[in-house]
Order: sequence, then C-alpha cells, then structure tokens
Amino acid sequence: MNKLKSDLGDLADPAAYSFPIDVRGADKDTLIKYLIDMLTIRITEEAVGKLVEEGLARTPCHLGIGQEGIAVGVSASLCKEDRVLGGHRSHSHYLALGGDIYGLLAEILGKATGVSGGMGGSMHLNGKSVGFYGCVPLVAATVPIAVGAALAAKMDGSKAIAVSYFGDGAAEEGVFHECLNLAATHRLPIVFVCENNLFSSHLDILLRQPSDRIARFAEAHQIRAKTVDGNDVLAVASSAAEFVAYARDGLGPAFLEAVTYRHRGHVGPKDDVDVGVRRTMSELAAWKRRDPIARLVAGMKSNRLIDDVAVENLLEEIRTSVADARRKAEQAPYPPVSALLGLVYRRA
Amino acid sequence: MNTPAEVTYGEAICQGFEYLLSNYRNVFAIGQGVWSPWYVGNSMTGLEERFGKERVIDTPVSELACTGAAIGAALCGYRPIVIHPRMDFMLLAVDQIVNQAAKWSHMLGGEVAPAVTIRAIINRGGEQGAQHSQALHAWFAHVPGLRVVMPSTVADARDLLVASVLCDDPVMYIDDRWLYSRTAALEEIVERPLIGEGPVVRRPGSDVTLVGTGFSSYLCEQAAERLDDCDIDAEVIDVRVVNPFDPRLIIESVTRTGALCVVDGGWAPAGFAAEVIASSCEAIPPTTLTAAPLRITLPFAPAPASRALEECYYPTEASIVAGVQRLLGARSPVSTDKFSSLTPQPAIAKRGKSR
Repeated sequence: MNKLKSDLGDLADPAAYSFPIDVRGADKDTLIKYLIDMLTIRITEEAVGKLVEEGLARTPCHLGIGQEGIAVGVSASLCKEDRVLGGHRSHSHYLALGGDIYGLLAEILGKATGVSGGMGGSMHLNGKSVGFYGCVPLVAATVPIAVGAALAAKMDGSKAIAVSYFGDGAAEEGVFHECLNLAATHRLPIVFVCENNLFSSHLDILLRQPSDRIARFAEAHQIRAKTVDGNDVLAVASSAAEFVAYARDGLGPAFLEAVTYRHRGHVGPKDDVDVGVRRTMSELAAWKRRDPIARLVAGMKSNRLIDDVAVENLLEEIRTSVADARRKAEQAPYPPVSALLGLVYRRA
Repeated sequence: MNTPAEVTYGEAICQGFEYLLSNYRNVFAIGQGVWSPWYVGNSMTGLEERFGKERVIDTPVSELACTGAAIGAALCGYRPIVIHPRMDFMLLAVDQIVNQAAKWSHMLGGEVAPAVTIRAIINRGGEQGAQHSQALHAWFAHVPGLRVVMPSTVADARDLLVASVLCDDPVMYIDDRWLYSRTAALEEIVERPLIGEGPVVRRPGSDVTLVGTGFSSYLCEQAAERLDDCDIDAEVIDVRVVNPFDPRLIIESVTRTGALCVVDGGWAPAGFAAEVIASSCEAIPPTTLTAAPLRITLPFAPAPASRALEECYYPTEASIVAGVQRLLGARSPVSTDKFSSLTPQPAIAKRGKSR
C-alpha cells in the first residue's frame, strides 16, 4: 500500500522492531524505573483521554500514548539544572522529568491548582520546578526558546544543557533551520529531540517531505545526529546519554531523531484511523505490537527481571495514584476572575 | 557645577546600553548588524569592544530564531535586548513577540515572564521604499502582555531603554532614526520603573491638544511653535508608552482645549491615532469637543521610493499647522473627503482635514 519511498527503512516499518527489548547488561533498578515512568505516563494520558470522553476536559489534548519511551529515555540523562521545552504533545515530557500528575490533571481541567494556574490547559504547561520550562502548540515555537536557554547556560558557564522536543512537522518550519544554524554556529549546549511519529496532524510525512528522515537537516547544519527506534527506551536512553554528555562538555549541539508512532489521533482520545492517507487500522495494530512498554516488559520477563504479578502490582499502584489525582483535580477550584487581568503584566 | 555636554538621541541610546551592560551582568544585546553603524547608526558604537562580543552578539540573518533565543535566555534569568535594525524585518519575528513573549506570563499562570526587550528601529525616508519604512507600533499596541515604548526626546531615548530592560515584562522599545540628530544635555541616569511611565505634556497650551508619539511627538512640538506665531496655543502631549496606553492625561487636556489633533507615523485605519481619539471621546461628554477630532497620518498606501511621492507621504510640520488651523477654523464637524487626491503640499493639508 505504501508506494512512498522511506529513507528510514525498517525504523518506519511497524512490522520490524516488534521483538522484545534486549535488556541484557542493563541494571534492574534502572529498567524498573523506566517501566514505572512509562506506565505512569501511559495511565495518566489514558485518564486524560477519559476526561475528554466524559466532557470534563475541553482543552485540546494531544496524547502521546505509544511514544513514552522517548521522554523517559531522554530524561534519564538530565539533571535539575537542565532546561526542557516541548510542544503541543508534551504531557510525557513533563511527567518524565518527575512532574506532578495532579498538577497536570488539574491544569487540563482548567483549575487554579494546575501547573499553570489553570490559565494554559493541556498545551501550555509550566513545570519549571522540574526543569520543564514550558510548551506551546505553535509548531517549532519553543525550538528557538530552547536555543536561548542553551545560550543562557553557556553564558552562565554552567554545565546545564537545554533539550528541545518537537515532532517531524516542526522540521517544515523555517525557524527550525534558523535554530539549527544558530546553535551550530555558537556551539550551544542543546540536544534537539525529534519525535518522528511519521504524521503531522492528519498528513503522512512522505506527503510533506521528500524524505522521512529528519536527521538529514542536522547533518546539513554540521550537527552530530543519530536516528533510533523511539519505541526502544534503552536505545533512546543510550543515545541520549551520549548526546547529553557531548552537549554538557561544551562540544556543541546534538540531534536525536527517535522514530515512533502515536496510538491515538492528532488530538483527543480517538484512534483517528478514518483520517490520513496512510493511517489504517491494520497499520495501527502493527504499531501497537511495537509498543514501547509491552516490548520492555517482554524483554524484562524473558530475563526473569519481572513477572506478571509484579507488573500487575505496579499497574495497580499507578492506577490508584492517578485516580486519586483525578479525584482531587475535579474537586479543585477554578481560577478567580481576577486572574484574567491580573496576570497580563507583572506588578513591579 | 559643570553643565553636562550635549549628546544626540543616538548617543543617548548608546549611553543607555553602556549603563545597562556596566551595571547588570545579566544584560546582553543580540541582533543583526549590532557591530555595524550601517545598521544601528551611532546607537551602539564600540559596545562590542567594550563589553565583548559574547555580550554584544551579532547574529545570522534569523530574526525569528534570535528573538526566540532572547526570550529563552530571559526565561533563564537574563535581560536580553534583541535588536531589529528595521521594524519591517522584525515582522519575521512576530510569532515570538506576539504569541510567545507577550503571552507566557498569563498563559503559564504568572510564574514565568520573559523580561526581554525587543528594540525596533524605525528607519525611513531617503527613497528606501515600502519595506524599509514602516512604523508599526499600532500592531503591538493591540497585544496584551507587551509593553511598547516610543521615546521622542534625547532623555527618553536613554532612560526608557534603561527602564525597558529593567522591567520584568517583555517590552518593545521603538526608536526612530529621524530623531538621531536631536540633541540635549542629559543629567545622571536615575532608574525609574517603567510601570510609572506614561504620557507627558511637552508644551502646555489652551487652544488645541496635539498628540504624538516618537517622531510624531517631535513634529507636534515643532508645529506648536509655528502655531504660536499664528496665535494658536497648542498643548503637546507625547504618549511615550503606547502599550498599555493610558489616555487620562489626554482626556484631561481635551476637556480643557475642546479640540484634538493626533499625529501618527502609521496608517489611519485601526491605527494608533484612532485609539487615542476613541479613548478620549469615550470618556468626555459629546459636547466637550468644539470641532471633530483630526487624525494626521500616512496616506493609506505603502511607502513610495520616488522622492516626488515621498515628499507628500509623511506628515510634516506644515501639514500639522494647516490641519490645526482648519480644525480650529471649522470648530464644527468637518466634512469627510476620503478621495482627496495626492498632489504635493496643499493636498496634505486637505488630507489632514479629511481625516
């Protein structure tokens, strides 16, 4: 069916890379942490989907279910001085840094106790306390802001770095190229992380670009780049570790392209297999077999690092805390009317 | 006591930069052409030598990325000044100015606000044509979350720059190359919060209220002197801060003079002059004005290159004088003649009357 030529090859093929993740040599506690973090994101986002279905959340919610391995793999190398910026699909970026589930759900419900005081909703998250400096839906808009955060880190003479998360669609924006050029010219400490899920909204990448491999833009700007299976948290983590260290050592920017797929539509909890040129039920089913969480669990199980009971216990624990957070968020107050004019300008 | 030496408007801007870069480690300047007098006149001369090219950064041709980078650095505690040597080119950076800088405080719950200063230079005339000429302050006066200042005096050129950079909100500072040779002696810098700054009376008067901002305010001051020769006592108000716009001083003045003429370097439709008139008229009884308010703005056309057309394009001292004379002569609603033709000087006055 796909007559379009893919430069990503196997990486874009849902049938490939569905095998269990090879966890040999990996530390058990690290693997458990990755699993917990991915499950936390998955279950929280499923809860967000429910809030949308039930009509309680009206803010546009772009779910990253199926993409959890990327934020978790990248965050493993970050420290609290680092500056992370995201886009419209950023729940995972915030949560993977240790962000508060309650604060996220309250924000999505437009409550005063949300991470942005209920002023932003799902697409405008402030997680500065965990290093998440913000996200916005204008495509590629936070890429230059992340470059500026990297410039600030360099001027500080600190070891902090910036991380810029964006999707494959961002590579079609002009500012993306300005940013790669600026970061390369000034050797800024930033890791660009492209979550290439092969679709921008409804449209297949090969109907938008002559190649589906985004790392080619980094190469054009003489930025060190790598393309990995984004649904393999260990592959993401090891490349991210290398690139974060590279940027932290002042050697310049790096570019990590992680190929993935979202299980839900562009916005909202539905599958959206009825839109898009290439997105079909069978392709979605194939990608679900390439699920980053299922593959990690399978790899851990085959190495006897975890069993079904332990997985079930983890799930239960996370479901309970997400349900508690949801209940509390539903009961939280809305922002006062005074916030409408009170937050436009600073007082001093 | 020594009398301070006179400096030009351009030099005063440079003094503002020197003060900020000397006293605040977290201030830096970034933009295209900041090492070049070709781009920024004498307003940044020698800064990169004195403060280093790491703090006075000349950049690739990337208005949008550089503006965004300044915002990002501001979120990390810096107070960057991003320089756009021509406001026209700054339009490439509007997403970062309008969607990002202006909105982050409100949109993210007030915890973070980028304290960035965006310096836009109006640089027109000299047959530069449509894309090297625009005064687009009205666009940015429309956006909540931005502060927009337009210095017209030498002192303001320096002091509003200092106040802008020290302000915790994103500020657009708009200076005008047509003012660069204006001179004055300046006192020592005294830091004043931008939040307390607003319109001021440049010249008290009783017959008509003349309002301008940036270069237009200077034109109003010049025109007021000539009107004085014709026994018209004009009060001149320099708006200085166009966003957030505080019309109270203008309302008070118009209540006394009963006549309002606004001069603006932008276009009339949905423009800043319209905002001044609307804000005033909303606040005063309809009988206060003894003549319909007057706008003196650009003809609704892009800036021409040819000198023959350029000469009749911009408001002048003469067009303001003629407009005010007609306004006061009429002292009753003026007929609108929106199809007035564009021939040299006399038509300017006619255009002024019609608007």
